[in-house]
Amino acid sequence: MTDVFNIGLALLLLGLAAWTIVTRELFVAVVGFIAYGLLSTLVWVQLHGIDVALTEAAIGGGLTGVLLIGAAGRLRNSAVALNLEVPSMQVRWLAGVVSAAVSIALGVCVLALPDPAPTLAHEVAANIADTGVGNPITAVLLAFRSMDTLLEAIVLLFALLGVWSLAPDQSWGGRPGLRQQVDPNGILAYAARVLPPLGIIVGTYIFWVGADHPGGKFQGATILAAMWLLVMMAGLADAPPISRTWLRLGLVAGPLVFIAIGLLGLYTAGDFLGYPPGFAKPLIVAIELALLPSLTLVLGLLLLGAPQRGTPP
Amino acid sequence: MSTLIDVLALAAIAAGSFFFLAGTVGLLRFPDTLTRLHALTKADNLGLGLIVFGLLLQVDSVLAGLKLLCIWLLVLLSGACVSQLIALNTRRGDVRR
Amino acid sequence: MAEFLLMAAGFVLAMVALGLVRILRGASAADSMMAVQLFGTGGIAALLLLGAATGEAAVIDVALTLALLAAFASFAFVKAAGDAAGQDAKVKSDT
Repeated sequence: MTDVFNIGLALLLLGLAAWTIVTRELFVAVVGFIAYGLLSTLVWVQLHGIDVALTEAAIGGGLTGVLLIGAAGRLRNSAVALNLEVPSMQVRWLAGVVSAAVSIALGVCVLALPDPAPTLAHEVAANIADTGVGNPITAVLLAFRSMDTLLEAIVLLFALLGVWSLAPDQSWGGRPGLRQQVDPNGILAYAARVLPPLGIIVGTYIFWVGADHPGGKFQGATILAAMWLLVMMAGLADAPPISRTWLRLGLVAGPLVFIAIGLLGLYTAGDFLGYPPGFAKPLIVAIELALLPSLTLVLGLLLLGAPQRGTPP
Repeated sequence: MSTLIDVLALAAIAAGSFFFLAGTVGLLRFPDTLTRLHALTKADNLGLGLIVFGLLLQVDSVLAGLKLLCIWLLVLLSGACVSQLIALNTRRGDVRR
Repeated sequence: MAEFLLMAAGFVLAMVALGLVRILRGASAADSMMAVQLFGTGGIAALLLLGAATGEAAVIDVALTLALLAAFASFAFVKAAGDAAGQDAKVKSDT
């Protein structure tokens, strides 16, 4: 029964992916992408990767989908230019062949893995008691491989700088996005008043529960960023100018605290990002607490885009 | 007693799935955008509600049950708002034409 | 029980896929908006059933997150597609 379901899910996934690539309407392709994210969530649940499923639902389906919707909206005006840039038949055939070859190579590699596949899960399970957290994913992300998480947070900042660099010169330092003209008594405004309080509670809960159950700062930050974006989308709040000090401080505060704790570990535990015994859990909580607002700001600003409106005095 | 609860849960989930079927049939067969929207919002939300009710009977803790209810209410609220917005958009488009 | 839940999840997914075929062939703005809403509701139902079938309690959190993010994506989609349709109609009435 499970096999039938899994095969059906895989076929649906392939069909949807093919449709998304083939269709000519931009918005239809974005809808296909969001559906793909949803189906991937189901696949992760079937593979017992609940943390990944959570991240896929939040980022893959929701946030990236909205990013693509914004992009599709901007591209509508240049549809003529888009159509002129369609690559030739040979290039498209080549792309198809290369994609198929990569997929087959990946499939062969996965099927050729020794059974049982090599894994470090036993070492993690043996040492997880020292970290003080119950969720092995959180232990790996914030204790055993915390360097990767630090670098990820900084990469996000660089991505944001990249997005900001697309601003025209005279708009640098201004507000991203256009001013939203939304009826303040309309339905969107109503939804943007009712949903965010609930969203904030859920986001904070998902962040907090990440210590022992699937969750964590990244998924929590995504929910909080989505609520912030909803409020701005409904015109109830305006996007902040990127030259504001509080904004820039908030963005770097998380990674700076992370680096500071890492340097502290040099003195107390002998290694960058080492935790002294008995202090692992409080330090991990401190890092997560510091990263949550920074990640929320980064994700929200990434979706808002480059500054487009005027330079504040 | 527990078999009775199981049977009730089964019946609720089956009914919920049936309403999903009804919603999709409406989507496929109704002639107009607004009628299709009606089928989608009403039938699917009711289907989800019945499924949530069936799962509530099977759940282990009060917190999980509260979360299930929260999910349903959230979907209900957002479904109501979004469907109104879609209908507004459709009507505006028709009026312009 | 788990078998039944898995079957129900598969059934709901099949219904979503069927509805999707109709909506994606329609390809008007409203159809695309309805597609996103369909995923929200159907996807959450399938996810909850799958979570109960595999016995993972944390899937309810995933469904909760999905509910919020799907609502957000639906609103964003309606806003973007509505703005786009409004621009198209304006261009049509201007020419």
